[in-house]
Amino acid sequence: MAGTGSGSLPRYIAQRVLLVIPMIWVILTLVFVVLRVAPGDPISAAVGGKLDADALAQRREALGLNRPMIAQYWDYLSSVAHLDFGTTFSDNQPVLRVIRDNGGATLSLTMAAFAIALLVGIPLGLVAGRYRDSIGDVVIRLFGILTYAAPIFFVGFLLQVYVAQPLGLPTGGASSPMTAFLVTPRTHILLIDVFLSGNSDAILDVLKHLLLPAVTLGLLICGVFIRLVRVNILQTMQADYVEAAEARGISRGKVTRHHALRNALVPVVTVIGLQFAMLLGGAVLTESTFNWPGLGQKLVDYINERDYGAVQGIVTIFAIAVVVVSVVVDVVNALIDPRVRY
Amino acid sequence: MSDMTAEPVISARDVRVWYGTTRGAIQAVDGVSFDLRPGETLGLVGESGCGKSTLGRGLMGLLPEGAKRDGEVRYRGRDIFAMSAKEAYGLRGSDLGMIFQEPLTRLNPLMRISEHFEETITQHEPKLSKDEVRTRALEALRMMGIPPTRYRSYPHEFSGGMRQRLMIALALVLRPAFVVADEPTTALDVLVEAQIVQILNDLRRNFDTALLLITHNVGIVAEACDRVAVMYAGRIVEQGTVADVFSDPQHPYTRELLASTISLSTTGLRFIPGSPPDLVDPPAGCRFHPRCPDAMRICATTSPVPTTREAGGTVECWLRGPRDLTPAERAPLAHEELSDADEA
Repeated sequence: MAGTGSGSLPRYIAQRVLLVIPMIWVILTLVFVVLRVAPGDPISAAVGGKLDADALAQRREALGLNRPMIAQYWDYLSSVAHLDFGTTFSDNQPVLRVIRDNGGATLSLTMAAFAIALLVGIPLGLVAGRYRDSIGDVVIRLFGILTYAAPIFFVGFLLQVYVAQPLGLPTGGASSPMTAFLVTPRTHILLIDVFLSGNSDAILDVLKHLLLPAVTLGLLICGVFIRLVRVNILQTMQADYVEAAEARGISRGKVTRHHALRNALVPVVTVIGLQFAMLLGGAVLTESTFNWPGLGQKLVDYINERDYGAVQGIVTIFAIAVVVVSVVVDVVNALIDPRVRY
Repeated sequence: MSDMTAEPVISARDVRVWYGTTRGAIQAVDGVSFDLRPGETLGLVGESGCGKSTLGRGLMGLLPEGAKRDGEVRYRGRDIFAMSAKEAYGLRGSDLGMIFQEPLTRLNPLMRISEHFEETITQHEPKLSKDEVRTRALEALRMMGIPPTRYRSYPHEFSGGMRQRLMIALALVLRPAFVVADEPTTALDVLVEAQIVQILNDLRRNFDTALLLITHNVGIVAEACDRVAVMYAGRIVEQGTVADVFSDPQHPYTRELLASTISLSTTGLRFIPGSPPDLVDPPAGCRFHPRCPDAMRICATTSPVPTTREAGGTVECWLRGPRDLTPAERAPLAHEELSDADEA
């Protein structure tokens, strides 16, 4: 038994990373099949009824949609393997450029939302768990359920009316036009670019724009963290090692932080991975509500235009992002919990 | 062996512990008194559910929420039951130690062994340097036969027996003068059990530790203890040196408990009919009387009082005094109340 455990960490990470390939393959296949199982095709959806059958067939041929399914599937796989995610049909742009131009805004939004959800959810869950059945616990649990159950557009609307208006905060967009004009795009992630520019007015402007969308999206998932941390704390406070630590005279605060909370947070890391998918879904709604120039907003536009090339590309990228996040979560879990590294 | 003239390290008087439940208060420990001198080991035996572990936890101040304790426990002249929570925290680990039953779940799975030691030592000796902490921890591990190469390992990398030795090393690294060991060998196999008993024996010889060894294993008491206290339904019914009590049990419960022990010469299994009473509503008089083969009329109505045993120690039974009973009081008690329902 000696020497196992910590020594096998690199091997564990290698295994996880290798597993990404089959996972992405399955997802690519699903995306491909689902888009083609749906009735109709992009050409007839976009211009059906306006052109005669010959012209439609010509357009289908141009996009390769008349070729056998298996050949299209192979083309799709090999182009993704070459990091070519296709071209949008409606405005004829490489999907990667759409991702580059809009992905940054979505990334900033989801990360800020995660930060808010964790900063709010973990302390509230800890307090609720430590003071079980107190008034505070009841209020916190209600808060968690309400924020989880409330629709994003409704929470967003309430914040716009009752917070943004009185405080003079912006209710839409990622920055004021002036800031967008002043900041030179380097990473194509406005939040980072604005910090690189060092312009304090611009930084403040971008953060002000980010605040309400991030709070809206963060509140959606902070309820999940509140409930998870609360239940885990209740369990770990009863754990044998917590009593043993108390028997060694370790102070209350240290027992709670080092023993109870640390063990209670292990499942939270796993749930962060699971919530990432939900957050991407929530981002689509938040971006619509706050007119946020992100991928979610873009995706809605492309769906309305029946642009299946764009949808396929963006969904593929979303799916890959979820897979990559799940692997990162596995690795982080192994770093935190030595028992995971079998 | 212990020095019988030395001042007791710990002296408990009339210790009581209640648990609040929806059915009413459970009187889990009801008026327990004992003294422990440096280097002395007191074995606490009895059936499951008689209050042994509750007594151990009560002494350590590790009772769950909703439990109350009363009485007086003097540790080096200070009443630890009257202390503030902060003072009590300061004593735990450095002066009062505890070894638990389940070594597998008593170590934080996310912390290295080294972190457990560092946390414990610096909590009580904040001025020690990192090197001194390390030296102390490695010394404690060495005494338990755990090589220093394992210092940075995680708990799951050790076997059950090693983990119990780790727990002992951790409980003893600050040399507490009084240690409660709550069934430290129950979860372990017999070979490891013998090893742990040996370690506990060495401990009091080397460091003059006063040990309260809670167990239901009479054999371990015979091997490892100087004195024994037999507990039944929250009370110590008989107390004395191991040799006296085991060779000449004065209380019927002690006698029956010893007779129920399984050994190589056992041919038929013996047991005490019935089970320990419901402590929300314990029987009147002597709590053992519904199961006692020697019960008399008086046992069902009046509690016995502690009486000095002839060979030293105490016993709580009307058969042993303190006064002569009238013939009516001495008449055997009919045992019809021990119905099938009670046994179930």
